Amino acid sequence: MAEDVRDKVIRILAEQAVLDPADVRPDMTLEDLGIDSLGLVEAVFAIEEAFDIQVPFNANAPAESAFDISTVGSIARAVEGLVAERT
Amino acid sequence: MRRVVITGQGAITALGASAAENAEAMREGRCGIGPLDFPDIERLAIAVGGQIRGYRPEAHFTRQELTLYDRFTQFALLAAREAVESSGLAVTEALAEQAGVVLGTSGGGLQTQEENYRLVFEERKNRVHPFVVPRLMNNAAASHVSMVHNLQGPTFTVATACASSNHAMGQAFHLIRGGLTRVMLTGGSESMLCFGGIKAWEGLRVMSRDVCRPFSANRNGMIQGEGAAVFVFEEYEHARARGADILAEIVGFAMTSDASDIVMPNKKGAVRAMRGALHDARLPAEAVGYINAHGTGTAANDRTECAAVREAFGAQADRLMISSTKSMHGHVIGGTGAIELLACILALRDGVVPPTINHEIADPDCDLDVVPNVAREARVEAAMSNAFAFGGLNACLVLRVA
Repeated sequence: MAEDVRDKVIRILAEQAVLDPADVRPDMTLEDLGIDSLGLVEAVFAIEEAFDIQVPFNANAPAESAFDISTVGSIARAVEGLVAERT
Repeated sequence: MRRVVITGQGAITALGASAAENAEAMREGRCGIGPLDFPDIERLAIAVGGQIRGYRPEAHFTRQELTLYDRFTQFALLAAREAVESSGLAVTEALAEQAGVVLGTSGGGLQTQEENYRLVFEERKNRVHPFVVPRLMNNAAASHVSMVHNLQGPTFTVATACASSNHAMGQAFHLIRGGLTRVMLTGGSESMLCFGGIKAWEGLRVMSRDVCRPFSANRNGMIQGEGAAVFVFEEYEHARARGADILAEIVGFAMTSDASDIVMPNKKGAVRAMRGALHDARLPAEAVGYINAHGTGTAANDRTECAAVREAFGAQADRLMISSTKSMHGHVIGGTGAIELLACILALRDGVVPPTINHEIADPDCDLDVVPNVAREARVEAAMSNAFAFGGLNACLVLRVA
């Protein structure tokens, strides 16, 4: 289950970055992926749609949101947490 | 080139139902933002806005008129009526043929669209009211203002998102300055506080869920408002000849396009617009004592705007005052520039610089005199009003004391 969420998140981020999911590593940052603020908002939307969750993310203060966007791995972990809360 | 002055003003916003009430609220630093009230609000994450409370359309318009007037048209008509009355202008036959209307709006008849989408999509109705199109079209407000006041000259609507009103007023200014007409009604109107209007903005994740605090380090986004402001722009000699009360003179206007990003602001584009407006006004930076900022309360805008002001104004940036009245009336999108011109007139005419309210923590990225929380008395010779829209479209006006 946890693995599925991680794979799906990576697939979404890879699609946003126009990369092959195999090239996306958990330690990569959004900057590494070339995802800008608008791309991030799109990715958050895609994540919400894919998992039917609400992501607490405000583009004005990304660092202060409860949702940790520092790396691919942290995003995946945050999504796993939200998915676990949902079920 | 003719000189252009403002001889009448009218407004309706969450701060009040007249220009005077708005000025009073800005002087007091009152906040017009509160809980939103409209259908399906429970499905929105954003539940606050600068909504006009206690507004009863039937108190102002007949039932017949209301079948044709979307809320954004109603606001424009109310503001225009007040502007014309306060100007004391009599529209003679000769004047009627050349006087016109340029109004800004971004969403136009959004409430009409929403209501009718509900009917056909949600309630599965197959028939809509015959006036849906004339109600929702973006030029409905300008057209009705022209009809009510018998203004038969150049009349159109400008839609450049959050810069719509400034672009509109700039066009009216040019028409009079260029000698095409002696009188224009101009300003803008917006009524986006409905389920779809807010839902769309939610998607961008730039909206605050509680308080709009421009320039404050703990700001967390913009908050929408609704309303309209309309002004009578008049050729100076024409105004003087009839002994009109001149509120302020419009002396400069410039517009630029960032040509870079569809949503992220760009310092260069803003700097060029501000410098262009000063150049057009033939004023040095030192003449400007007050800037009504675009000041949306988003992280990106406020930081970029302050850096742009520093670059455009040099040393004067540390002497001038800059405030965002959006903290009080909310971001009125296509109508916002017009409502913010009220603040410039208040500063020039009454010597009261309206504050940026809800300001809590100084932000090193916004280290200008943002007139935090309390209005200030000051002599202001010239003022600038900034509008920097999504799409990278910038429009700045410069006004001078009459």
